[in-house]
Amino acid sequence: MLNSRIIPCLLIQNNGLVKTTKFTNPKYVGDPLNAVKIFNDKEADELIVLDIDATKEKREPNYNLIENLASECRMPLCYGGGINNLSQALKIFSLGVEKIAISTSALNNISIVSEIASRVGSQSVVVVLDVKKKIFSNKYEVFYKNGKKPSGIDAVEYAIKLEQEGAGELLINSIELDGTMKGYDLKLIKIIRAAVNIPITILGGASSFEEMSKVVNEFGVIGLAAGSLFVFKGRFRAVLISYPTPTEKRNLLENSLT
Amino acid sequence: MITIIDYGLGNIKAFANIYERLNIKVKIAKTKNDILGAEKLILPGVGAFDFAMSQLNSSGMRDAIEKAVVSNKVPLLGVCVGMQMLANSSEEGKLDGLGWIEGTVNKFDKKLFNSDLYRLPHMGWNNVNQSNKSNLFCNVPDLGRFYFLHSYYFNCNDNNNIISTSTYGNTFASAVNSNNIFGVQFHPEKSHFLGVQVLNNFAKL
Repeated sequence: MLNSRIIPCLLIQNNGLVKTTKFTNPKYVGDPLNAVKIFNDKEADELIVLDIDATKEKREPNYNLIENLASECRMPLCYGGGINNLSQALKIFSLGVEKIAISTSALNNISIVSEIASRVGSQSVVVVLDVKKKIFSNKYEVFYKNGKKPSGIDAVEYAIKLEQEGAGELLINSIELDGTMKGYDLKLIKIIRAAVNIPITILGGASSFEEMSKVVNEFGVIGLAAGSLFVFKGRFRAVLISYPTPTEKRNLLENSLT
Repeated sequence: MITIIDYGLGNIKAFANIYERLNIKVKIAKTKNDILGAEKLILPGVGAFDFAMSQLNSSGMRDAIEKAVVSNKVPLLGVCVGMQMLANSSEEGKLDGLGWIEGTVNKFDKKLFNSDLYRLPHMGWNNVNQSNKSNLFCNVPDLGRFYFLHSYYFNCNDNNNIISTSTYGNTFASAVNSNNIFGVQFHPEKSHFLGVQVLNNFAKL
């Protein structure tokens, strides 16, 4: 029986953990290694760690930090941020990371997806699509530079191309819902899911575990990622890491594949 | 002591970390001399079958591993593609497998996976149904959940070699065993407490 995955997404800035709102106003929420230890204890399904400054600062991924995170992590780990070529990707895998996430580099040169996938297998190559809904249209556009620059690329067409290139999973990130906890963009999930056959994980706007349960009932097995939901508590957004217990999770994700 | 075969593929560090925490000594083998005297071997693996086989073939360690496992009966645990390499061949590639456990590696049924529901890779936490009793699953509850990430599965010729099954569209062997040779399709190194238990069990075999 395969269940949906509930995945905390951690953002790294200056070696610290931050949480953004609509890709801006990063708020410091703690130490990344400590967060990994907590999610180990809570038996999280998977972790996504994204270094949101690496590409912006045109620097290499922080291999030291990645190695420390991977060593601590007793669940699958996906790392993204600053990966521009195959050798960087291979180095990250060698540090003990299961999956790498790429974004800007795939927009610049989509063949990097097949290049990495042919070496390590599609299952380990995740592409992140930071998207915004177009005004007066039902279409979504892919953005880059931390959600600031429109690429002119349609999210659905791009998703199809990425599948053909050998991407193993798409992480669909809604820029406008990031950090708002207003609920996932169900329309966005629907159109991307209909367009491709590879697994997708959604990010941006998750409001509650109950909402996740509803999404699973509507869409079946899917990756449910969130940031704020796992690190903030209450109206004043106090920092407190939470995650459903295994029993709670079982109850939430009753709709599964056999 | 556990010897982890480092032929450039797979999550060596994750295994090493878990064993270090269990206070079990770990050695990372990169040359044939590192294989000599090994008490337990772990063959990790991720990615494409042919790439994994060619990496192992060119590592200089294959003969030494073969001697240890086949002649000297040193226990070996293949993980993910490391398990698939134990088979005779794979639909994913042209190279021969190690052929230590009779069978082929097949892709999940395409017809089934053209539907909207089933997607490949099979990725996530799935139940492991212990179909034949094995010490590898000592103190692991039946139908315990482990992390999977793969698109091909081990199709055993002899059902007696299957020690657990899992179901994703079709039911497949999620763990295999023949004498001193074990293979698991899931990732024990990324499966929280139950994964640690399996790795500890292997160390104590």
